[in-house]
Amino acid sequence: MAQRQGRFVLKLPNKPKILATAAVVGPKEAEGPHGPDFDNCHSDDYVGQETWEKAESVIHKEAIERAINKAGLSPLDIDMVFAGDLMDQEIASTLGIRELNIPFVGLFGACSTMALGLALAGLMADTHAANYAVASTSSHFCSAEKQFRYPLAYGAQRSTTAQRTVTGAGAAVVAANGPKRAPYIDAVFLGRIRDLGIKDAANMGAAMAPAAATTIIDFMHDTGTTADDYDLILTGDLGKVGSTLVRELMLTRENMDISKVHNDCGMMIFDLEKQDVHAGGSGCGCSAAILCSYIYKELEKGNLKSVLFVGTGALMSPTLTQQGETIPSIAHAVLIRSGC
Amino acid sequence: MAMAEKASPNSPILKNAVKAFLIGGLICAFGQFLFFIYEKWGIDEETVRSLVPTTIIAITAVLTGLGWFDDIAKHAGAGTLVPITGFANAVVSPAVEYQTEGRILGTGAKMFTIAGPVIVYGCGTATLYGVIYYICSMFLGA
Repeated sequence: MAQRQGRFVLKLPNKPKILATAAVVGPKEAEGPHGPDFDNCHSDDYVGQETWEKAESVIHKEAIERAINKAGLSPLDIDMVFAGDLMDQEIASTLGIRELNIPFVGLFGACSTMALGLALAGLMADTHAANYAVASTSSHFCSAEKQFRYPLAYGAQRSTTAQRTVTGAGAAVVAANGPKRAPYIDAVFLGRIRDLGIKDAANMGAAMAPAAATTIIDFMHDTGTTADDYDLILTGDLGKVGSTLVRELMLTRENMDISKVHNDCGMMIFDLEKQDVHAGGSGCGCSAAILCSYIYKELEKGNLKSVLFVGTGALMSPTLTQQGETIPSIAHAVLIRSGC
Repeated sequence: MAMAEKASPNSPILKNAVKAFLIGGLICAFGQFLFFIYEKWGIDEETVRSLVPTTIIAITAVLTGLGWFDDIAKHAGAGTLVPITGFANAVVSPAVEYQTEGRILGTGAKMFTIAGPVIVYGCGTATLYGVIYYICSMFLGA
């Protein structure tokens, strides 16, 4: 049964296993540095569908099915799925999951959703409320542009601080029991909303950085750890601006240099120089795709022993931005350890 | 906030301005070129004055539909936004994007989501100008 450690950290003594993961992405992500790590790369942004929203739901479903398959299970074995995306009413998740016949919990945490879903799946598996729980998220560049910004064919210039929404989905199967060597969830942390007054919707990295720093600091306080205790502190997805800021915030607030162990999914998924993506990647699918491919493989191999995955989300709404509101942000954390 | 501003790189203003000037200028020169051509074909000046922007609007609409216009505009910035090309693109791009929601509530309703404000305040300003012009001409007897 999960135990509270300090003020915010929830320790999972039964060490729920991450049995398998899968990541499915679009063509631009396939060309990125981690292209070969993904389970499937689609060459068509529409994925054979008529609309962007349906295309996103298809890759979401594909990621879940692939992860369940890799775990040697069928959808009937899954006790619950925690899923979310960026679309209004979570349509990519609901459309994708409606045929799978799995008890469904829709989540909204913007780009932090993968961490939130993984935390909840871990808690459920730890208490044996679920033998198998799935956490999954997706995002699609085109559906996100349509909902949050301009039509694709509109000739707008993007700001240098803007991040590109990743076309991709990731899913992880979390189990109450599993092989000893499988990576497991050691602790989870549910974040609080931070808002330091950033209004620029094209600079979400800056809006999210304080939330990420607060979560990392509180996690370390509660567990009595420092940056040296982790092989990797993986934020997702602060991008270039937010990553610089979170490192600076850690230095000024805690006098701690995390730069040696810190990386960011938004900086990893694209080649920032060659792919013209400005400040990097973003969207629920970004951290999900990186975590559920490269990072999971490294944990499986034992190359990474402990990863503090800090999912960061800008809880941005176009309506509130138009009303002059600042951007509330959040960061949830999951401590994943290698079973090796 | 100060920390966030420091970490956020500014847009390369000079480079953008030069590109906007060159591409914008090129579009205007193309307009002038059309003007000469149409006149040479013996079309009267008044018709040419509407024919030139109509041609540029048509070209923009086709380029938008093909998805090429945004690739040019990414570099051109104000160079494609300020001439009539910007307005045409602002109308056609949502019309294309929202086709999936149907002809009426998709294309029809969403067509003016970007260009709408320009039309509203453009007409508003024109009306205001007209009223001022009318009052002035009453007094000045022009």
